[in-house]
Amino acid sequence: MIRHRIRLVLALLAVLAVALVPASKLEGQAGKGTIKIATQSPLSGGQAALGEGIKLGAQLALDKLKGNLTKQGFKVELVPFDDQAKPDVGVANAKNIIADKDILVVIGHLNSGVAIPSSEVYKEVDLAMISPANTNERITDRGYPNISRVCGRDDVQGPVGAEFAAQTLKVKSVYVIHDKTTYGQGVAEAFKADLEKKGVKVVAFEGTEEKSNFDPIITPIKAKNPDLVYFGGIYDQAAPFFKQAREKGVKSKFLGPDGIDSSDLVKIAGKAVVGIYYTTAAAPSTSAQAKQFGDDFKKKFGKNPEPYAAEAYVATAIALKALESAATGGKVPTRAAVATAIRKVKYTGMTGSIEFDDKGDPKKASYYVMQVSNDNPEKWGENKEAKRLAIAAPPLKK
Amino acid sequence: MCMDVALLVRIFPEVLLDGIILGFMYALIALGYTMVYGVLEFINFAHSEIFIVGAFVGVEILLGLKSVGLLDGLPWPIVLVLVLIAGMAASGLLAVTVERIAYRPLRNAPRLIPLISAIGISFFLQDLIRLVESLWRNAFNMVYPTIDVLNLRFELTETLDVSVKSLVVIVGAVLMLWALHLIVNRTKVGTAIRAVAEDQAAASLMGIDVNRIISLTFLIGGAMGGAAGVLFGVQYGLINPYSGFIPGLKAFTAAVLGGIGNIPGAMVGGLVLGLLEAFAASYLSLLTGGAFGAEYKDIFAFSVLILILIFRPKGLLGEVVRERA
Repeated sequence: MIRHRIRLVLALLAVLAVALVPASKLEGQAGKGTIKIATQSPLSGGQAALGEGIKLGAQLALDKLKGNLTKQGFKVELVPFDDQAKPDVGVANAKNIIADKDILVVIGHLNSGVAIPSSEVYKEVDLAMISPANTNERITDRGYPNISRVCGRDDVQGPVGAEFAAQTLKVKSVYVIHDKTTYGQGVAEAFKADLEKKGVKVVAFEGTEEKSNFDPIITPIKAKNPDLVYFGGIYDQAAPFFKQAREKGVKSKFLGPDGIDSSDLVKIAGKAVVGIYYTTAAAPSTSAQAKQFGDDFKKKFGKNPEPYAAEAYVATAIALKALESAATGGKVPTRAAVATAIRKVKYTGMTGSIEFDDKGDPKKASYYVMQVSNDNPEKWGENKEAKRLAIAAPPLKK
Repeated sequence: MCMDVALLVRIFPEVLLDGIILGFMYALIALGYTMVYGVLEFINFAHSEIFIVGAFVGVEILLGLKSVGLLDGLPWPIVLVLVLIAGMAASGLLAVTVERIAYRPLRNAPRLIPLISAIGISFFLQDLIRLVESLWRNAFNMVYPTIDVLNLRFELTETLDVSVKSLVVIVGAVLMLWALHLIVNRTKVGTAIRAVAEDQAAASLMGIDVNRIISLTFLIGGAMGGAAGVLFGVQYGLINPYSGFIPGLKAFTAAVLGGIGNIPGAMVGGLVLGLLEAFAASYLSLLTGGAFGAEYKDIFAFSVLILILIFRPKGLLGEVVRERA
């Protein structure tokens, strides 16, 4: 009986061993090797709309622009990972990513709180990460040579919001709420600090992890009746908050950071969020190039691109350019060589021209203040641009 | 540090109302925990998902009515009752099924085994809802369609107004708690439930079909959870497959606070917890000048809870007295 079972186990192991021979090994022998680009973003859960957009933006860029590399005989692939917007999942994925020697670039993440610990893992092997969406200062302020981003920073985005609130909206009192994440609290603190510098009164600064019942938080807001309410967080929390606040009779103007820049905001909150403002580092789809991207995206995936899909496209385009220049001699380049090459890329695309400084920030990034103009999620792309600023990233604080 | 006393006083009635609404919500969910505990001395951790299934069934029916144009066509009380009944039926039947599949085979196993089975069912249901909704609607967050009447607000005083849907939550919860009280204390079935809770062996010797009564307990507890789910969706507007977990945990706490196994206790516990939470969230930052904010509401509420349980380990109203040979 026991011998019978051992034989069965051995047979199973043999079957597994055959099944697990990496497919890439079998295929790769024909060409000069495989180059893989990984994406990491939430593909499931409450923020999947934005995360999916990042994956598809990268996919579109790869399909369109990989020609030069395939001509040289490389096989270029995209491997999407789902970080579920959770730091622990992001780090676990990162460990799998660095174990796959073919992966030379990571495009990701959506959440700064996930990107920071995950990029510590990439750093171990000098694997390049280009972030399409992470705006927290610490992404680049750690000075890692392999970490770059194509979007703006919270210590600029916060003040852009403050500038808009103080100069354009001319508000006198502001109530600040944040979601207690690295991203939400970070941008809210930068917003508050700059607002106080400008002499606007911040009547309260509150954090909350609440997802459904905002009543007890809204009651004091309603009583204090501030000119503006700022929500530092992401749309899955901001949308019910704004909706319940309006239902409860809060008349203040609303402002938020790029985390609420998603069509899901109006899908959830409907009419309640029409007319609210948000700051974003994602370019509005008004330029000809952006329109072209939107059309291509819709043709390929059957839906409109979410914010940061364009940035993911740009990040992937930069990655491919760096890979081309690093792959001279027809050999698959090393990870470190790719990371170095990325910093040298000069790229002009739909989000403006991008050139990296020595921390990995774009030398000059554009920031936009947008206003929600319609309660139809399909028309999210038609939101009005209320203000635009091009600001250089601040130098590293010593 | 200056305190705005006038402001504190002015918002008091509104905070009280927020707390009462939240408290009734917890009370309705807590019934499912407490009834099952009363009968089986077992904590049904899957109840938070049974609750949220009610909310999902509710949103699907509302969306269905909307797509055929009946949402505005039918009078809103009928729509609401319809949705409530559907949510109650779905959650009640789910609870019975879960009991039949995952708990009954383990009835004579050590106490911890069905508990782990319940946690497993909880995870399983969360991801099952997620799977079904993503295949069916490709959605994670589900938004309750608005029924305009429910969003109307009555002005009670100059600073206090209340929406119709909040009244619906309160009235609905009170009616259901009352009905449950009648069923358990005034009917033959209720007597049988109490008999099984007291002594299963003796009850079965008296000719009570214990398995049927246990199924019935799950049916009633699940149905209350389903009703709470629909009311939760109507009140707060947004649900996702994981929305049930935190309210479920809080409701379980409320059940313990009131005295687990005790039906009026669940209501008292729910109200106390809801009020504590609402007051902590609204007042902490005002009282401490911003040093502690709304994010400490759970810490505050649970600290009070620990204090109460130190002095009244059996909960505010105490566990149902149980006689055993």
